[in-house]
Amino acid sequence: MKTLVETRDLKTLFPILRGVFRRHVADVRAVDGISLSIKYRQWVGLVGESGCGKTTLGKTILRLLKPTSGHIYLDIAEEIRDKISELEVSEPTSKAYKNLRSQYDLATFSGRKLKNLRKLMQLVYQDPFTSLDPRMKISNTLLEPISVHRLMNRASARERIVEVMDMVGLTPKHLPRYPHQFSGGQRQRIAIARTLVTSPQFIVFDEPTSALDVSVQAQVLTLLEKLKQEQNLTYLYITHDLSVAETVCDTIAVMYLGKIVEMGDPTDIFKTPRHPYSKALVLSTPIADPTRKRGRLVLPGEVPSPADPPPGCRFHPRCDRATDECKAIEPTLQAEGGERKVACYHPLD
Amino acid sequence: MNKLVEIKGVSINFYTYEGVVRAISNLDLDIYQGETLGLVGETGCGKTVAALSILRLIMPPGRIESGQIIFYSNGDKPTDLLAIAESKIRTIRGSQISMVFQEPGAALNPVYTIGDQITEVILLHRKQELASKALITLDKLLVERDSLSTRLFRPARIIQRRLYQRMSDNPGTRLLGFVERTPIIRRFLWRLEKEAEQIAISLLKEVEIADPYRVIKQHPHQLSGGMKQRAVIAMSLACRTRLLIADEPTTALDVTIQAQILELLKRLKDEIQTSILYITHDLAVAAEICDRVAVMYSGSICEIADVVEIYKNPLHPYTRALLAAVPKPGKKLSAIKGFVPDPLDLPTGCCFHPRCKNARDICKVKEPIPVEITPGHFVTCYLYDGEKLENSG
Amino acid sequence: MKGLKFFFYHIRRNPLSIIGLVLIVTFAIIAIFAPLIAPTPEGQFDSYMIPRDGYASTPEPPSAEHIFGTTQGQYDIFYGVIWGTRTAFQVGFIVMGAVLVIGILLGSIAGYFGGIIDEIIMRITDIFLAFPPLILAMAVTIALGPSIQSVMAAIIIVTWPSYARVIRGDILAVREEDYIEASRSVGSSHLRVILRHVLPNSIYPVFIMASLDIGAVVLTAAALSFLGLGVPEGYADWGQMINFARNWIIGTSENTFAYWHAVTIPGLFIFFFVMGWNLLGDSLRDILDPRLARR
Repeated sequence: MKTLVETRDLKTLFPILRGVFRRHVADVRAVDGISLSIKYRQWVGLVGESGCGKTTLGKTILRLLKPTSGHIYLDIAEEIRDKISELEVSEPTSKAYKNLRSQYDLATFSGRKLKNLRKLMQLVYQDPFTSLDPRMKISNTLLEPISVHRLMNRASARERIVEVMDMVGLTPKHLPRYPHQFSGGQRQRIAIARTLVTSPQFIVFDEPTSALDVSVQAQVLTLLEKLKQEQNLTYLYITHDLSVAETVCDTIAVMYLGKIVEMGDPTDIFKTPRHPYSKALVLSTPIADPTRKRGRLVLPGEVPSPADPPPGCRFHPRCDRATDECKAIEPTLQAEGGERKVACYHPLD
Repeated sequence: MNKLVEIKGVSINFYTYEGVVRAISNLDLDIYQGETLGLVGETGCGKTVAALSILRLIMPPGRIESGQIIFYSNGDKPTDLLAIAESKIRTIRGSQISMVFQEPGAALNPVYTIGDQITEVILLHRKQELASKALITLDKLLVERDSLSTRLFRPARIIQRRLYQRMSDNPGTRLLGFVERTPIIRRFLWRLEKEAEQIAISLLKEVEIADPYRVIKQHPHQLSGGMKQRAVIAMSLACRTRLLIADEPTTALDVTIQAQILELLKRLKDEIQTSILYITHDLAVAAEICDRVAVMYSGSICEIADVVEIYKNPLHPYTRALLAAVPKPGKKLSAIKGFVPDPLDLPTGCCFHPRCKNARDICKVKEPIPVEITPGHFVTCYLYDGEKLENSG
Repeated sequence: MKGLKFFFYHIRRNPLSIIGLVLIVTFAIIAIFAPLIAPTPEGQFDSYMIPRDGYASTPEPPSAEHIFGTTQGQYDIFYGVIWGTRTAFQVGFIVMGAVLVIGILLGSIAGYFGGIIDEIIMRITDIFLAFPPLILAMAVTIALGPSIQSVMAAIIIVTWPSYARVIRGDILAVREEDYIEASRSVGSSHLRVILRHVLPNSIYPVFIMASLDIGAVVLTAAALSFLGLGVPEGYADWGQMINFARNWIIGTSENTFAYWHAVTIPGLFIFFFVMGWNLLGDSLRDILDPRLARR
């Protein structure tokens, strides 16, 4: 299957400036070396708790944030990607390397190239109550992408937004209204409609249903399923809810403190998690079935600050299987057969 | 099991500029001693309003139109919380019935330390106990007559002793009220604060906060969400509460922290023998922690049953639809058609009828009454109302 | 339509706002119809100079010829206060307009872009704010010479910094909202985002501040005229008229109120004008804020 979006060793660090002279004392290592590959028409879940960097990763891929280092590719042939990685190691200062990057690597884009990207990659925000301009009519909010990119004339633009509203299950009579006249679920649909206006290929969803009720969440997920089929979309779905990820995603990546610790089929990960953190997540996720006694593993302690991650494996202070090796050297993602990957020296069976 | 709280026929309306919102209509709910009752429903169904009404915290434009809330506290005779005087209900709030809110940061005052806020509750409700403890320390000090410091402080300590004695006998006297309010004299009561602080530290240990001596001196913004919520739980348990109302306490927290808090609540409930009214929209969480579950829709309860029973055998169409919409590993998701009704414009008869597959004519006209199907399992739906239907025609 | 219904519902709850509205509308009518109410005498070129009936310094009480009497130098008070209304509106609107333009421009650039631009602009406002406002205004009018324009310039210079700061503060808040980033994610340029999203969402508090401040602006202009700086002698301006009446506040030894008309009448005009704007501004704030808060 062809890869649509790929990141290689992506890092986004936020500098911490202290003191009168704004000295650069440390970095918040929000995204610390992520290599993720998203295939065409895949629904990829990014699972993790708050502070793990998943939102930062999503926004970095979309270039709403500038990465500190690493590569991002959208619909670029594998040979070119490999060539760039090769050049990075062999001749990082060469003109060839810089040229290739400025042509194909999203991490270097700016200005017009970046603006063109916006048509192809979009984001749906977590909070439907603040992601729409409260003083703009829905029609204008939807027309904005069209007028920014000057895609069509006024008449066709009007038709397009009616079309898009229909795709998300709303009617044209909703168009002249303001966001506060809609419920949370409807607002989220409008936000989704806004992303569809320019016929994108890739949509990132930042916890789109965590502010919504369960029944509304079900409606939105069903809608997303339908849209993906009809419009040939590829999704990166950020969530902290493992049960949602298991229900809708084709593959998931579990993130902890800026790194991916496990990747693979969600049902597999749910049944047999291999990384201790994945297991903690699975056991902590409540299930709507009072008869299921799962043997509670309550994870001790709190998530460390991303500005000062523990050395070696970042999870070791909270892990009961940690050894000296874990405390010293950071484990890398190892393939475990099939699509499954784990970053752990002592994975569970 | 004995009843702790009996909500009978409570109706609450909100008079807004856009119209009258019927938040709760004719609510009937019983909470038993020592149980965790889950109140499950979606946004706008009235569950938070129901909880606030128990503590009589409904502010205008909301108005409690009718009903009683009978509270059976041990020993005292049953009291209707909606009818008693404001001063009486203040003695109940925070001590016998307390509440934990959704946003852990919002319930804590950002300018006071955690210690200050917990001791505030203790000082308010456990004065006699604090005074007795202070007396013990004072008596020990007064016995010594040797060193300079004891002789120097003796007169002040004797006055203090008088005050504390008075307080441990009868905290409500006017003299004590005067002393408590007057700025400089009130420093005589500093021992109460010290004792309260000790209790606060032991409470923080109870809620599994690792370093209570440090946390006591910290401000809310220095703590993480999970720790703040623990501190709030400590505050609510400060006075041996009989009923803890938890309004979605873990919704804003991460999954692993949520698991920790739920374990904590379960343990504390067993130790302190308190009842919990757990409000949530998350059926999975309710399955984790509740003994009984009540499902609410648009201001009234549609089904209430034992937790195992309701998940195994849901009867009300809304309960069924809600369970089908919960993502469960290995199960296909199905959504409920339609939207939650606008509270300004509720449907007639049974509020769920526009979205119900089995709606009949009578559902649109008259609201159904709860029927007991199996012991403890009540449904408010005409599907299970066979004989009643015949009678009313 | 819904806005109108909300407006009337609110007016019903707050009758003071009607008083404000009535006052301002009355003054507006006076200002518009000034040539009809107090016609300029034949041959006089500049309508804003108050006609004199003689040169005696003692103010004359109201009479058939001079409805409100005359003030020092025999300037007709009636003419003065009627045309003074025009001056008041002129000063109020022009100053407020300029202050809003400058303040919003600088404040939004500072707030939106932040960083060094923000620092520079804020230090500039600090410099202006370091001076006591009236003293600075006096200095400007002295430097520019006595005229209505220099009064306006002085007040503009003194007032714009606060507005820049307020707008900057509001923009700092709005800038972090999701929908701003969402607009950028769709591809909008900075300019587009500022004009179409940031400003419409942050500008209301400034308008409310402006309507409350019109009164203060007119008062400051009056103060400057009272001090003798500002408008040339004889110009139809309320502050000028009180300036003329300065020596006649305490009347003769028999009758302390002998010359009440010279002081009180212009004073009342100022009073009601300022109060009208204050009430209007208050009700504007109430209308706009709870609507925002409710949503």
